[in-house]
Amino acid sequence: MDSGDFMGVLPELIVVVTALLAILADVASKGRNPSAAQGVTVLGLAVAAAVALISPSEQTMLMAGQLFNDGFSAWFRALFAVAGLATAIFSPLYLTHRKIRLGEYYSLLAMCVFGMMVMSAAANLLLFFVGLETMSIALYVLVSFRRDDAASVEGGLKYLVLGAFSSAFLLYGMALIYGGIGSLDYVAIGEALRQSDGIGPMTVTGIGLLLVGFAFKVSAVPFHFWSPDVYEGAPTTITAFMSTGAKAAAFVGLIRVFGVALILTSEHWTTALSVMAALTMTVGNFVALRQTSVKRMLAYSSIAHAGYLLVGIVAGTPQAFAAAGFYLIGYALMNLGAFGVLMLINQRGKGDYSFESLRGMGTVYPVLGLMMSVFMFSLIGIPPTAGFFGKLYVFSAAIEQGHLWLVIIGLLNSAVAAYYYLKVVSTMFMAKPEGDVAISQPFAYKAVLAISSLLIIVIGLFPDQLVTAMLRAVP
Amino acid sequence: MPDVLHNNSLIVFLILTAGVAAVVGLFVALTIFLGPKKPNEIKDAPFESGFVSKTDATQPFPIKYYLVAILFVVFDIEVAFLYPWAVSFREIGAIGLTSMVVFIAILAVGLYYAVKKRVLEWK
Amino acid sequence: MAVDLAHYLLLSAVLFGIGVMGVLTRKNLIIILMCVELMLNAVNLSFIALARHAADQEAQVVVFFVLCVAAAEVAVGLAILISVWRKRGTMNIDALSALRG
Repeated sequence: MDSGDFMGVLPELIVVVTALLAILADVASKGRNPSAAQGVTVLGLAVAAAVALISPSEQTMLMAGQLFNDGFSAWFRALFAVAGLATAIFSPLYLTHRKIRLGEYYSLLAMCVFGMMVMSAAANLLLFFVGLETMSIALYVLVSFRRDDAASVEGGLKYLVLGAFSSAFLLYGMALIYGGIGSLDYVAIGEALRQSDGIGPMTVTGIGLLLVGFAFKVSAVPFHFWSPDVYEGAPTTITAFMSTGAKAAAFVGLIRVFGVALILTSEHWTTALSVMAALTMTVGNFVALRQTSVKRMLAYSSIAHAGYLLVGIVAGTPQAFAAAGFYLIGYALMNLGAFGVLMLINQRGKGDYSFESLRGMGTVYPVLGLMMSVFMFSLIGIPPTAGFFGKLYVFSAAIEQGHLWLVIIGLLNSAVAAYYYLKVVSTMFMAKPEGDVAISQPFAYKAVLAISSLLIIVIGLFPDQLVTAMLRAVP
Repeated sequence: MPDVLHNNSLIVFLILTAGVAAVVGLFVALTIFLGPKKPNEIKDAPFESGFVSKTDATQPFPIKYYLVAILFVVFDIEVAFLYPWAVSFREIGAIGLTSMVVFIAILAVGLYYAVKKRVLEWK
Repeated sequence: MAVDLAHYLLLSAVLFGIGVMGVLTRKNLIIILMCVELMLNAVNLSFIALARHAADQEAQVVVFFVLCVAAAEVAVGLAILISVWRKRGTMNIDALSALRG
């Protein structure tokens, strides 16, 4: 490890130190006051995001070829830090409302961000696995953080059992790929595939198992059944974090493993993946239609968005991966924002995240209503928002590769999705508010919402800059 | 035939799935249809090495047992990382030493946390 | 009979299959966790056998990490199980009905 390595992993180091400091800060406050831990986490993640963005990201390897230091890892390290930061800012309001005063929460959040960073930068299947498990184990605890709530602990248990189950599949796939190809290193795997003609049954089975494992992790149909329950049971802050950060981390891993290392074997998995993409979009959307809880609706719709992203992986070109990266960044902003507004409004009343809880709140709080509309329009994919261009780039990359039927299914699904997203907007503006409408709006909280909605519009107005950056960054 | 198997992971996957489903289904079906079902009190009782069980096995243990056991599992496994280092620490030199110091320091923070949370107080 | 790589891989596949069956058919959560551990350790056996066969150390290192991850997972799993137990008073997976599925 030399100084270049040190600078390259600086964001990761900062996040680890943040996690340790947060837990020490919690101990120092005798576990009574989580605000110290929160402050440390917010500060640390902000610094990590800044360092990740400004650090030079030429296409090099770190730690003797264990980590990629390319543009993709820089962008996504920053994205994970920002997602963690937004979650840490959203959290106090939610946690105080639910009477949770445990500072460990913030330390675990930082550990999750660390795991995601390792997942996105890993150049080795083992390191990817370790990053994935670092993230997952911290998430298991975070999902079951509301110990007095049956849904939360059961969601955590379900996530743990199915997460470990799918990890075992992933790992078995890695073992068989190692047996068939002789390496766990992405670059070496790609090289070995270039030099060989055809692969043996062991490798094929390994790829199949790896695909099943990844499908679990990105909650692709038919391996999605864990995610609505987990998303519903988890504290809403963690639902927001999981549906953006954890999903993006799994997708970056998918792009690096299937899109780059195993791309030469694409004939073996493209069909399976495109069927999965079509099912994921359709099932996610149609089940989302029937939900009465906005939280559950967003959970199912995040399955549908995973389907759109899978279309990008199926296309399998650098353009498609750049488009998927663009989509992931836009999606993180809009979904975090949507959950943020939802939580802010659900401080009052029953706090059950039903559509009724949103009634008329747009007329009482026009700014909040406007921001929610931006997030919803972007989730539908209406120009000029980041969501529109994300879908546009992903679908056009897929058309170039001749996957027209997938794109048609995607477009039809977007039309279906417009119904339930617009229902949120119409409930906020068209109905009369009921009961007590007073909510507290902390400054930092509103600032995060405002910045993300502005960024969505700015990306929507000037998409070229981001997409060129993504094209340069793509592995 | 092998050519089809080699070239399509979907088929391989489907065959594997079908195989697993068939075997699982077969055994489940066999136990359901062939197994005689004459439950009685002695049969339903949990087998305790031939002894008649006196109390419910799930009597509540104090929570401290669980906490200490869980902590033991975690710290015990972390020690496994010290063995490869102990074998090769002459070769990997300063880098190895620094890495292990960082590793132990992170564990130490965890232990400190556990101590401060009074997990290890046996009272 | 000489025991070679194929035998180890077969044993590992069988163990993995037993683990999968256990997770899918068992009702007791502790047994399900044990089956997941069995799956992970079956993979470990594969890795060791393949590493031995290829005279390569890379895959032997994997086993250390997998063991460590499995231990952490069990620790967290047991902790969550205790909260479920306190909340529900049961270890039966069918009793977990707070979520709609």
